[in-house]
Amino acid sequence: MIKISNIKKSFNKSVVLKDISFHVTDGEVVAIIGPSGSGKSTLLRCINFLEKPDSGKIEIGDVTVDTTKTTKSEIQKLRMQTSMVFQHYNLFKNKTALENVTHSLRVTKKLNKKQADEIGRNLLDQVGLLSKADSYPISLSGGQQQRVGIARALAVGPNAILFDEPTSSLDPEWVGEVLRVISGIANKEKTMIIVTHEMKFAREVADKVIFMDDGLIVEQGTPEAVFDNPQNERTKKFLRNYQKHSSVEMDKENGKFALL
Amino acid sequence: MNFDFGYMIEIIPELIKYVPVTLYITIVSMLFAIIIGIFLALILVNRVPILLQLSKVYISFFRGTPPLVQLLIIYFGLPQLVPALNSITAATAAIIAFSLNVSAYLAEIFRAGLDSVDKGQAEAALTVGMTYPQALRGIILPQAARNAIPATGNTFLGLLKNSSLAFTIGVTELLAQGKLLATATLNFFEAYLAVALIYWGLTIIYSWLQTWYENHISKPYVRET
Repeated sequence: MIKISNIKKSFNKSVVLKDISFHVTDGEVVAIIGPSGSGKSTLLRCINFLEKPDSGKIEIGDVTVDTTKTTKSEIQKLRMQTSMVFQHYNLFKNKTALENVTHSLRVTKKLNKKQADEIGRNLLDQVGLLSKADSYPISLSGGQQQRVGIARALAVGPNAILFDEPTSSLDPEWVGEVLRVISGIANKEKTMIIVTHEMKFAREVADKVIFMDDGLIVEQGTPEAVFDNPQNERTKKFLRNYQKHSSVEMDKENGKFALL
Repeated sequence: MNFDFGYMIEIIPELIKYVPVTLYITIVSMLFAIIIGIFLALILVNRVPILLQLSKVYISFFRGTPPLVQLLIIYFGLPQLVPALNSITAATAAIIAFSLNVSAYLAEIFRAGLDSVDKGQAEAALTVGMTYPQALRGIILPQAARNAIPATGNTFLGLLKNSSLAFTIGVTELLAQGKLLATATLNFFEAYLAVALIYWGLTIIYSWLQTWYENHISKPYVRET
């Protein structure tokens, strides 16, 4: 269970998050959508303190943090509750695919090599990359790197996984395979928060959709409610724009995006 | 032409006996310089208040004054201020001076090396539960080191040659011995050329080692074919 209360965040003078509150129940998949610059990624990065919120409260599992007064150990505990998948993969370039998955287990959970490798191989198998276990990131395609990134995020057994635009920097040909892996995990009752521009994917995989604009949560609800029957004028405009831009693409890509 | 080739060859074994002294001063200074350099670079990258300003002054001073002057200050000047340093040997003074001098150069090289590792990898390490020191050790430093090796190698070669300055405060190393032989027999050209050839040989061997090492650690960054 994740409960975010009254999170605010400014960079210098520009206010990026204006009082954000929402909650995610265990096993729920939440998709955050909205225009660029609406604060989606910043919100996600506040949840694990990659950005320090100016104020507000974050509750994940049994860890509660008042963001105005935090200690290093509290931040560390909070970070242990989640893991993250990045837009640019951010794989450790000096480690093989397998080591990318196992390194945190060796360092933070002090597992021995054999135990860590077993977990690592299992996860690489889950994302379909067991054969690439000994390859370094430079030899992997974008889609493969992102799947290793997902395996790495799964390895630490987090309460929830945060996805920060996991397909935004992928070539179109790799988007499908990554989305398939993510929805495979979603089906296993894993709690996830996904910031995404893939509306079709959000609709299929999410239990709840949050639409953000200008640092605020404008609308939230089931995918059907938000996509088919949006209440707010800004949501309607955003979805209209999105459809205009992608209607041609979607027909062409239909086959590739067939997810499940 | 008055050049005694035979003499030059003859004294090379005599000079090589002093290579260990040169290498000792160079390598020990380099090790200390690397340790100090890493700390300085971490202060620069993380912009630690107060320490940042102190580091900048330190770096500016040791890069902005001649190594020979620094050596003289430490060997002759410091004991004047701190009498306990009176018993300092010339070799120790040389090692201190070269460590401080080279660390200032390495600090900037290491800073650039650390900056060359994209921030995302450090963030990723934090999100899977590592602390910043753990991320440094396992992820960032190994990559920063690789990027810093060519420039660090240049600095090392500079140090190897600058270690000859130690002879001015009475350390009998390679150049000092060469001077001794030169003045004893008045075969200046032969003696100093022999010294030069030995330095040259040392730098060539070092360059081989570095190339081998660079290839060795570059494996993760070369695409499989």
